Amino acid sequence: MSSADLRDLYQQVIMDHNKKPRNFREMGNANHLAHGNNPLCGDALVVFVKLDGDVIEDVSFQGSGCAISVASASLMTEALKGKTLTEAETLYESVHKQMTGEDIEQSALGKLEVLSGVKEFPARVKCATLSWHTMHAALDSDHDISVTTE
Amino acid sequence: MSKLDLHTIRTDFPILDQQVNGYPLVYLDNAATSQKPIQVIDAVANYYRKDNANVHRGVHRLSQRATDAYEGAREKVRGFVNVRSDKEIIFVRGATEAINLVAQSFVRPQIQAGDEILISHMEHHANIVPWQMLCEQTGAQLKVIPMTKVGELDLSNFDDLLTTKTKIMAIGHVSNALGTINPVKEMIVKAHAKNIPVLVDGAQAVPHMVVDVQDLDCDFYVFSGHKMFAPTGIGALFGKQELLEEMPPWQGGGDMILSVSFEHTQYNELPYKFEAGTPNISGAIGMGAAIDYMQNLGIANLAQHEHDLLITATEKVSAIEGVRIIGTAKEKASVLSFMIEGVHPHDVGTIFDQQGVAIRTGHHCAQPVMQFYGIPATARASFAFYNTMDEIDDLVAGIKKVQELFA
Repeated sequence: MSSADLRDLYQQVIMDHNKKPRNFREMGNANHLAHGNNPLCGDALVVFVKLDGDVIEDVSFQGSGCAISVASASLMTEALKGKTLTEAETLYESVHKQMTGEDIEQSALGKLEVLSGVKEFPARVKCATLSWHTMHAALDSDHDISVTTE
Repeated sequence: MSKLDLHTIRTDFPILDQQVNGYPLVYLDNAATSQKPIQVIDAVANYYRKDNANVHRGVHRLSQRATDAYEGAREKVRGFVNVRSDKEIIFVRGATEAINLVAQSFVRPQIQAGDEILISHMEHHANIVPWQMLCEQTGAQLKVIPMTKVGELDLSNFDDLLTTKTKIMAIGHVSNALGTINPVKEMIVKAHAKNIPVLVDGAQAVPHMVVDVQDLDCDFYVFSGHKMFAPTGIGALFGKQELLEEMPPWQGGGDMILSVSFEHTQYNELPYKFEAGTPNISGAIGMGAAIDYMQNLGIANLAQHEHDLLITATEKVSAIEGVRIIGTAKEKASVLSFMIEGVHPHDVGTIFDQQGVAIRTGHHCAQPVMQFYGIPATARASFAFYNTMDEIDDLVAGIKKVQELFA
């Protein structure tokens, strides 16, 4: 292992989303939101969701964290927009499986496949999953809640 | 130039001789925990091979040998920080337990709602949380000595913080997050002038400098074995005898009693009054061996080499554009905390690890320090006497690699 794996982790797409995170904004009319924290490294973010029936009409985030957590959150917001709750749940599970090294059909992930390098870095899996757990908590609740990964 | 034979020293530390991710291990996380020389590992192993028995209770030979070794270790700890009497050295699990002991056994019985406990903004959580808990239990107030941008204590209003209500001042000797060496001796003089007892948290100091508690005249001094080349789970509390005598026991159990009946228990003498239950015998023996090891090399020599490492690392790292050193106090020991512009410390840590370089990234259990600088975390390289100048170059190469990747 050496630089080759680092390039797998820090792929161009990840670096790009870290530098210019998409949907990085507060959402005034969100009807679901949750705070996510990783106290170990100080990552902290808020995920905002606007649901229209069972369709995710809009999703955004704010906060600070490492390149992996910011890029993962940014990619997530892109992937979820327009998805139904069922589709979002399926994607959440696929991402989770991907990070923990379970076999999944890559086609299920699309662009999110760039996150697959993370599974070679066990200490970083929580960075990549923080936004997904936070989004999940936001959808599960109709009030502001907090999740913590450590 | 270093008076140390680093080649021989490094062969004493078997863990250093390994590859990590295809590179020779460069261990720069000594402020989190230090590595252990073979002399310490052997002392612990030999105790279990030859002498293992319970202490202070058996007439048989093994128990006598175990007791001698355990008490011999106490004597070494006593000498290590120049304590007057063995009675003043209590073996504990580490600095954290020692602080909790002093909080609950010394301060709690004499503190009331409205009284004050004085700490500093630079403390790590072990010297914050036990006092906060005590404040919650009693209604006392936590007061905090502020710090300056360079990472030194701001003592401009220090006299005002020492009040008639202050029941203890608890202060770190060396900051684990910044490396700042605090002027504890002068602070103790001022506190004592107002009859305020002082606890000094020396966890980060004893591995890096000669400490003399009689010279400091502190009332309590605490430290952990694992940061000074000894095993985890052992540490020491120094307390002035007259204070320890007055304090109630901290935990009850065997070893801390002279006699027990259901009507009355008579507590043991110092230091055993504070050592309930079978102690960490092997840990204490390992701590004694670590002290022997450091003293054989000469603690002043070790300190000089580490100082050279820190000066060189500071020069080389601060010369790199886009890198900011966090904590630039005049007096520092062992620690170089830094930020690389545009890169989160967690990413820095991963990239370093891929090159075999172990550093700490995070808040270093000192979140108020991070809040002071408005940052979530830092990357921290921390040195021990077995580190080499070549390893400073590896640190510099690691930073450049991060910048290249994140360019």
